[in-house]
Amino acid sequence: MILKKKVPLIDQHDKYGFWGGKFGGSYIPETLKKPIDDLTISFNKLRKNKIFLKKKNFYFKNYIGTPTRFIKLENLSEHLGGAQIWAKVVSDANGGAHKIYNATVHALICKSMGKKYIVGDTGAGYAGKMLSMAAKKFGLKCKIFMGAKDIKRQKPNCDAMRKNGAEIIPVTTGSQTLVDAVSECMRYWVSNCDTTHMCVGSTVGPNIFVKICGWSTSQISKELKIQIKNEFKKIPNKIKLINCVGGGSSAYGFWSEFIDFPKKQIELIGVEAGGPKKSKLHAAPLSKGAKLGVLHGAASYVCQNLEGQINETESISAGLDYPGVSPIHCFLKDTKRAIYTYATDEEALKAYKLVTKFESLNPSLEPSHAFAEAIKISPKLTRDTIVIVNSCGDAKKDRDILKMRLKTI
Amino acid sequence: MSSPIRVAFEKANKENRPALLTYTVAGDSNKKISLNILKRISDHVDICEIGFPHNTPIADGGQIQTSSYRAIKKGIKINDIFEIVKNYKKIKDAKPVILMGYYNMIYQYNENKFLRKCKESGVNGLIVVDLPWPENINFANKCKKNLVSFIQLLSPTTSLKRLKKIIKDSHDMIYYISMLSTTGGKLKVSPKQILSNYQRIKKIDNKKKCVIGFGITEKNIDKLKSADGIVCGSIICKEITKSITLGQNPVTNVSKLVKKLKKKII
Ligand SMILES: Cc1ncc(COP(=O)(O)O)c(C=O)c1O
Repeated sequence: MILKKKVPLIDQHDKYGFWGGKFGGSYIPETLKKPIDDLTISFNKLRKNKIFLKKKNFYFKNYIGTPTRFIKLENLSEHLGGAQIWAKVVSDANGGAHKIYNATVHALICKSMGKKYIVGDTGAGYAGKMLSMAAKKFGLKCKIFMGAKDIKRQKPNCDAMRKNGAEIIPVTTGSQTLVDAVSECMRYWVSNCDTTHMCVGSTVGPNIFVKICGWSTSQISKELKIQIKNEFKKIPNKIKLINCVGGGSSAYGFWSEFIDFPKKQIELIGVEAGGPKKSKLHAAPLSKGAKLGVLHGAASYVCQNLEGQINETESISAGLDYPGVSPIHCFLKDTKRAIYTYATDEEALKAYKLVTKFESLNPSLEPSHAFAEAIKISPKLTRDTIVIVNSCGDAKKDRDILKMRLKTI
Repeated sequence: MSSPIRVAFEKANKENRPALLTYTVAGDSNKKISLNILKRISDHVDICEIGFPHNTPIADGGQIQTSSYRAIKKGIKINDIFEIVKNYKKIKDAKPVILMGYYNMIYQYNENKFLRKCKESGVNGLIVVDLPWPENINFANKCKKNLVSFIQLLSPTTSLKRLKKIIKDSHDMIYYISMLSTTGGKLKVSPKQILSNYQRIKKIDNKKKCVIGFGITEKNIDKLKSADGIVCGSIICKEITKSITLGQNPVTNVSKLVKKLKKKII
């Protein structure tokens, strides 16, 4: 399995849509073949179309707000006394998380394909909130599929969706979390694909959705590369880019411009959700060695049993609480370009506590998993190591959980 | 040599009626009941489709999901499913069996082992919902080598060019999905429209047996009887659910329902 240089990772798949010959693809019902082909053709045209790109850049700049800040966490670095810890504050983006990039691009594609309805899945509620914002902005009617458990635990984002005029469809099957929301959203699309566009909220799902999402979030590392050069005059010799991984859209976006660098110079570290310390359940297919399987139209490492039934997952972070992961991260794992680990619920909470104590930053539970890893490794590193964490979401949505759980930590 | 699936169609054709195909989920509501249902409906049915239940079914509606979750909760395993088929096949005049499900389960079980088990237990055909053409070409060939028909799916969204290629690569039987829907949706296209799409398929290759499924109920089944075959699935799963809710015997109720469906097409 070989990683190519100078070709965006999202384009390094074969004609059937597989990365490394085995991750990804499009395992879809026949009914979706045509809409997915149509979307693939449209996207391939649009990403080369100057007018579309101009429009995208305009909205990224003026609607999403680019670039998001790149800041040094002086106090935290001082406290831990090792590497320099920096943050890319992606939660500065309109709406408070990186999900706005993918949502905006999907809304623009939907419009240019002449569709008036858009649907999407959400776990933490950010993908849903952002899609509802983009739908409102571009005059589309929007439905969001969300697990009933997540509706309860991410209320602030649900309020935002409703305020934006989106309809939230509660999903009450299975574990009532993101995995069920994605399934239900796909089912809805099977029945309505003639009038409706579907947005998948992360770099998961059939090949084309991985590509569109990765293409959108790559904005993060494009900005970061310039910011690093401005800050350090050149790309420093020891960088670690730490990102949480649910589906993997923020991690891919954070890394995409740096994949061609030698891994000795720029290390890529993905942090999955280890779940409660005392539980057997988790949402960490990469770092806990899950087997290859097919979920939601793509082959990837999936938490599953021997019969191929998808396992229940558990995580304090709704955004990471997903049994599968992007095929491109499976590819990065097997080519050894990135390494993957996990943080438990408790570690993420502790990290949140520490970060917010020392810095005026309010990372949601998802990036708190990434901070947990940064906090773990930084003290052992030297001052000239630059640890950068993608602070990809704002914790406003986690208000209730934090209030309840911080007392116990 | 004619395959059992083909023979089943020929028999129905001689009787001047479409073949009746039923879909039930293996292990719904438990192993014994699902086997008994198959045995009891067998005389009225031409081909039995049996679902191997998956807990993340991206193309199934509420009724089949409910049946699937029920079976999984009862602990149904793939080997149990083969056992059900094997036991069903022991009865006199057992009908051809088509297994239907999602690719991940076949993949985890191992393709070759799965097909070997199919052959051993008497499975005649296979429908894999999320393995479309052309991705399925290799696996379909493997099926053929094991004397298992791989059944290609066609949908209203399938272009003419694609239809031709898929039909060319298909085995005895093809399955036309009546409308844009998951299983169990309300029929939102007129039977006339469905039959006109069906004719488009038959025109490409009249010899391939084409069944129509999705959204078929007692109310509309007679309007589609000019097709080679008709599949009833969700309506049967719903009957099982209803029987359980009412504390009635699902075996009796399903068999009554299947008889009723059969009457409408003779
Ligand atoms: C703030 C935030 N970070 C991370 C994630 C995980 O998704 P991904 O791995 O695609 O970035 C989510 C998903 O909802 C999220 O809301």
